[in-house]
Amino acid sequence: MASGIIGASLPRLDAMAKVTGKAKYTGDYFLADMLVGKILRSPYAHARVINIETSEAEALPGVEAVLTHENVPGNIYATAGHPHSLDPERGDVADKTILTSKARFVGDEIAAVVAVDEITAARALKLIKVEYEMLEALLSTEAALREGAPLVHDERGSNIAGSAGYHVGDIDSVMQQADFIFSDEFETGIVQHCALENHVSYAYIDEDERIVIVSSTQIPHIARRIVGQALGLPWGRIRIIKPYVGGGFGGKQDVCLEPLNAAMTMAVGGRPVKLELTREEYMIGTRTRHSVKLKLKTAVSNEGKLLAIQVDAVSNTGAYASHGHSVMLAGGSKFKYLYNFDAIRYMPRTVYTNLPVAGAMRAYGSPQIAFALESHLDNIAVKLDIDPVELRLKNFNRVGYKDPNTGNQILSCGVRECVERGKELIDWDKKRQSFKEKNERGSHKKRGLGMACFSYGTGTYPAGLEVAGARIILNQDGSVQLQIGATEIGQGSDTVFAQMAAETMGIPMGMVNVVSTQDTDISPFDTGSYASRQTYITGMAIRKAAGEVKNKILEFARRISDLPADCLEIADANIILKDSGSIIMPVAAVALQSYYDRQNSEPITADISNNARVNAISFGTTFVEVEVDIKTGQIEIIEIFNVHDSGKIINRQLAEGQVHGAVSMALGYALSEELLFDNKTGKPLNNNLLDYKLPTILDTPVIGLDFIETFEPTGPYGNKALGEPPTISPAPAIRNAVFDATGVAINRIPIRPQLAFEKFKAAGLLEGGDQVVPD
Amino acid sequence: MYLIDDYIEADSVDEAVNLLADNPERLIIAGGTDLLIKMRDGILENVQMVGIRRIEPLRKIEKDEQNVISIGAMATFNDLVRSELVQNNIPIMAEAAMTVGGPQIREMATVGGNLCNGMPSADSAPALLVLNARLKLLSKSGVRLAPLQEFYLRPGKVDLRPGELLTEILISKEDYLNFGGCYIKFAPRKAMDLAILGVAVTCRIRVTGIFDLVRIALGVAGPTPLRCEIAENFPPGKPVNDSIIAEIGRLAVKSSRARDSQRASKEFREHLVVELTQRALKSACNRAGGISYD
Amino acid sequence: MIKKINFTVNGKKRELEINAGETLLEIIRKRLHLTGTKEGCGVGECGACTVLIDGTAINSCLYLGVWADGREIVTVEGLAKDGELSKVQKAFISEGAVQCGFCTPGFVITASALQSRGHSLTDIEVKEELAGHFCRCTGYQNIIKAVKKSLENETAGTGGDHT
Repeated sequence: MASGIIGASLPRLDAMAKVTGKAKYTGDYFLADMLVGKILRSPYAHARVINIETSEAEALPGVEAVLTHENVPGNIYATAGHPHSLDPERGDVADKTILTSKARFVGDEIAAVVAVDEITAARALKLIKVEYEMLEALLSTEAALREGAPLVHDERGSNIAGSAGYHVGDIDSVMQQADFIFSDEFETGIVQHCALENHVSYAYIDEDERIVIVSSTQIPHIARRIVGQALGLPWGRIRIIKPYVGGGFGGKQDVCLEPLNAAMTMAVGGRPVKLELTREEYMIGTRTRHSVKLKLKTAVSNEGKLLAIQVDAVSNTGAYASHGHSVMLAGGSKFKYLYNFDAIRYMPRTVYTNLPVAGAMRAYGSPQIAFALESHLDNIAVKLDIDPVELRLKNFNRVGYKDPNTGNQILSCGVRECVERGKELIDWDKKRQSFKEKNERGSHKKRGLGMACFSYGTGTYPAGLEVAGARIILNQDGSVQLQIGATEIGQGSDTVFAQMAAETMGIPMGMVNVVSTQDTDISPFDTGSYASRQTYITGMAIRKAAGEVKNKILEFARRISDLPADCLEIADANIILKDSGSIIMPVAAVALQSYYDRQNSEPITADISNNARVNAISFGTTFVEVEVDIKTGQIEIIEIFNVHDSGKIINRQLAEGQVHGAVSMALGYALSEELLFDNKTGKPLNNNLLDYKLPTILDTPVIGLDFIETFEPTGPYGNKALGEPPTISPAPAIRNAVFDATGVAINRIPIRPQLAFEKFKAAGLLEGGDQVVPD
Repeated sequence: MYLIDDYIEADSVDEAVNLLADNPERLIIAGGTDLLIKMRDGILENVQMVGIRRIEPLRKIEKDEQNVISIGAMATFNDLVRSELVQNNIPIMAEAAMTVGGPQIREMATVGGNLCNGMPSADSAPALLVLNARLKLLSKSGVRLAPLQEFYLRPGKVDLRPGELLTEILISKEDYLNFGGCYIKFAPRKAMDLAILGVAVTCRIRVTGIFDLVRIALGVAGPTPLRCEIAENFPPGKPVNDSIIAEIGRLAVKSSRARDSQRASKEFREHLVVELTQRALKSACNRAGGISYD
Repeated sequence: MIKKINFTVNGKKRELEINAGETLLEIIRKRLHLTGTKEGCGVGECGACTVLIDGTAINSCLYLGVWADGREIVTVEGLAKDGELSKVQKAFISEGAVQCGFCTPGFVITASALQSRGHSLTDIEVKEELAGHFCRCTGYQNIIKAVKKSLENETAGTGGDHT
C-alpha cells in the first residue's frame, strides 16, 4: 500500500535528542563509584616484554588494580566484527590477547591500570617499569616479506596473514591474443576513520554476576561473543549495551576495548570502570584503513574492449589481522560486477607489519581497488585516445550478469544512466574541449575533468552470513515498538526502519517507536551495521515482521467484526474495506481489544529472523572538475557530482547526507589524509587532528549528487547499498582530473602538494622559470 | 585535567610583574591555546601559573601622537581581525591573524602568547617582522625594548628573561605608512592548520613605478621566523616588473634555512619560498598602489 | 589547588570548588553532568566542546575553569526555551544537518552565536565562522544549509517579526 512514506525526506527520529544535547553517548554516563581505566602502550614498534614491574604503581594511593599479560586471561581471539564461523577453517584469524607480552606496534597494549581518577591513572602508568628486548621493526610490507625477516606473530609461521585470491577464465591465453597489454602500479595511504566520538566503553559486574559492557560499537551481538571468547566465559554471561554512537565508519566494527574493559572490572570486584581513549590513542590504538600496493595488467582489444585483468595486490594489515585478508577478498570480488572481463586473475596478499592495526573502513577494500582500477582505465583511455567515459560505456556489465565465482546475479543496474547523468551535470563534452584550449595557453593554473565508477555489494553474502532480526510489539494505543539488533551509528537506520514498518503496516511514522539502544539481553539478533547491509538485510526482517503484525491485526479485526480478513486493509492507522476504502475501525481499537478482550485477548507481536542469501549490486559514478596550481601543487575541487544507483531511495534527505559525508571522506582520502610514521622507529607522527588533515568546512566544496532510482527486486523496498558506496569513486575521479589537467599520472594517494610538486617537477612542468639560483 | 600546582589571577600588570619577580619559575598563561596543549602532551606539568586574562589594559590596540601603534600582548587574533585601527594602518596583521586556527581559537589565542611560544610557525611573526615590531618587556627592573628579530633565539626559545612580561608590541609610523603588505600562509587546509610556509611582504613604491623598499619575512623556513635581507637589498631603485619580482623571489631563498620534515621537504619549501614571495610581493605592490597585477 | 568560582550556567547561578587544573569542559560534563557538550580531541581542533561564554563561542577544552569565574555560560542544553526549540535547532532538524550527532551541539552553539548577532552572512562567511568545527558524517553540506536558514530574515535593519 503506497502511503508515500517510502521515498519521503522525513526528519531523523533522533534529531531532536541530538540538537538539544539530550542524546546520551557512552561517555555521557557517569555511575556512582565509577573508576577510570587507562592503557600503558608500547613505545616500541617491535619488542619482547622481558619484565614488568608494577609494585610502585600498585602502591600509589587511588590505584585499584594494575593489569598485565600475567594477570589477565591469555586466550587468543580474533577481533573482527564478523559473524561466528561454525567452520573453524573459515573464521577470522585469532592472533590477539587482551594484553600482550610482545609489542607489535607503537601503541600496543602492554599493561593497564584502574584508578579513582584520570590523574591518578596517568601517574600510575608512569610508575610501571617495563623491560623490553628490542626486535627489528618491520615498517613496510617489503621489510616484512623479506627472506629472514623476524615474525610479527611467531606462532603463525609467516608474516603473510592471507593470500587467497581467485581467477576467472584462462587469463594467459586471453593476454597472449590481446591487441594491447597495459600495466600500472598504484599505492594508497593509511587513513583513519576519525569518527568524532573516540572509542569508549564502561563495564561492571551486575547483581547476577554478569558482565555488562556499555560500548560505542557497531556490533553489540558480535562483541558479546568475542568478549566471551577472550575471557573464556560463557557468552550468555556477557551483556553488551549500545547507546547513541558518534560515528563508526567501520572502526567500531571491531572489538577494541571491550575485553580489556571487562578484565578491568573483574580486577576490581565488578566496580564500574570507564575506558575512554584520547584522540591520540584512538588514531593508532584502534583500527586504520589498509594501505595497499597494486600492480594491474590489463588486456584490451583494438576496439577498447577490456578482455582480461590481473591484479597483484599487497595489503598492509599492521600488527594484528583484525579483518585482515577479508578486506582484500571483499574489495577484489566487487569490481567484477562493473566491467565484463573474460578473464581475471586476482592475487592479493595481506601482510603483517609493525604498524597500527588495519581493519574495516567504509567500503572495505573497494576504495583501494577502485583507485587503482579506475586510474588505470584513464591511463589506458589516454593511450588508446578514447574518451574515458566511452571506454567505460563499452565495457559495463548489464542486468543478468552472473558472478562466475559465486553465481550471484545483477538484477538491477543503472550504471549507464548514472554516467550519462554525471556527464550532463558537469557538462563533460564542452568543458573537456575548452579546458584543453585554456590549459595550452600556459597559465600556472590548469583545469581538468575526471570521472570514475564503481560497483559494490549490499551486505556480505555469499562470503558472510546475513541474518537479521526484528521484533514488533503492538501497543494498546495502536502504536508499535520496533526492536532491531541493527545499530544506528549516525547513518539514519532507525529512521528508515520506522519508515519501512509504517509503510508495511499502514500506520503513520509517528506511531512507530524505534528502540534505538541495542542490548544483547533484549534486542533481536543482528550482526550490526557494516557492509551497507542494514536497509537491505534488516529491512527484509522488518518487512516480514511488519507484515506479520499487520496480518495479525487484520485477523483480529475479522474476529471482532466478522468481516473476512482478506477484504480488509490498513491505511492511515484505520482498518478499512479494501474496495470501498470505508473505515471499519481504528487500529487502536483492535490493539486495545487484543490486550483486554476477555475471550480473545492475545496481544499482537512478531519476532522474526531473516537469513538473506542474496546480494544486490549498487552502482555509481563521480564526475569532478579540478583546478591545479602547478607551482604550488595545490588541487582545488571546483565541482563534484556523485550519481548513484542504490535502487529505491527510502529517505531522500538521509540518502543525500550519506553521499555528502562519504564524498567528503573521500576528498580527504584523495588529497590530504594519511597517517604517517617515523620510518626508523615506527612512531606515529600525526595521530591528532591538527597534523592529520581532515578536510575542514572551508576545504569542502559544494557536493552535488543525484540518484538513478532503479528497483532492486531482491530489496525489501526495491533498495540496495548506499552507506559506503559514495566513498569509492571520488578519489580516482580526482586523480583522473589532475591527470587530465596536467598530463601527469599520479599513481598514489593522497596527492598532497608535496607529492604533486615532486611529480610535476619530474615531469618537467616546473622547468623554464623560477629555479633556485645556486649560491 | 591539567597538572597545575598553583594558579594566581593577576589583576594588574604590576601584580603580574611582582608575582614573576617573587618566583621566576612562575609561568604566564595568556590565551592558553598552546600552553594547555603542551601540558596535555606532558611537555609541561606541575606548573605554577599566573593568569593575565583579566588585565584589560593589556588587550588595547591604540596609536599614540607619534603614530606609533601599540598592540597589547593580550590582544586576541579576533581583536586584530576586528580592529579598525589594524585594518586601516597595518592590514597585513589582520590578514595574518585571520589565518590562525579557527574562530574559537582566534577568540582565545593572543598575539603575545603566539610570540612568546617561539614556534617557527607563529602566523603573527612574519607579519610583525616586516613591520619591524619592537617588544616592550616589563620587569621589576624596568622596561626593556627588544626588536622582534632579536627576540627569537631558537625553536621554542625566545629572549624572555626571568621576571619579564611582554606587555606591548610597538610599530613605528615609518614602518607602515605608505606600505602595501601581504601575508600568504601555505598550509594543507584553509583553516585549523599550521603553516608549511608563511610569507609576509611589505613594500613601498615610488610614484614612478620604482621599488623604494621591500621587506620580506618567512615563517617555517628555518628554526625561527626570519627576514630575507639579501632579497630586500636588491629591489630599492629597481623597476616594478615581473623579472625583478622573480629575481627577488629567487633571492629570498638565500636567507631561508628550510629543512626536511614530515610536513614538507626542504626542496619543496624552497620552491615555495621562490613562488610565494613573488605572489605576496605582487599583492603587496597592488596594495601599495600604482601597480596592478592579476 | 582548590579554587572557588561563581558563574552562571544556562541561567542558573552556580558556586563550585574546583581544581585549578580543571577545564571548563570537565566541569560542565563531570560536575554538572551537562553531557550535551562533547570532547572530541581535547586540543581545540574539533569544536565539539564549544560553549558560549558571555555570548562568544569558545572551546571549553582549552578554557580553564578558573577563568569562568563571573562569566555567563550557555551550553546546548540552555538553548531551547520553555520546551520550544531555538530557530537554529529547528533548522538543524529540518535541513538534515544531524547525523551521528556528536559534533552537533558544538555547531549549534556557534550557529546560535551567529544568529544572535542578528544579521545574515554570505556562504563564505558562514563557512569561515564554522571553520572551527569538524564533522565526519555530513560533509558540512546540510549544516551550511541549516545555518543559512537560521539566519534568514536576519538582514541588518529590516526589523519586524522574525518568526
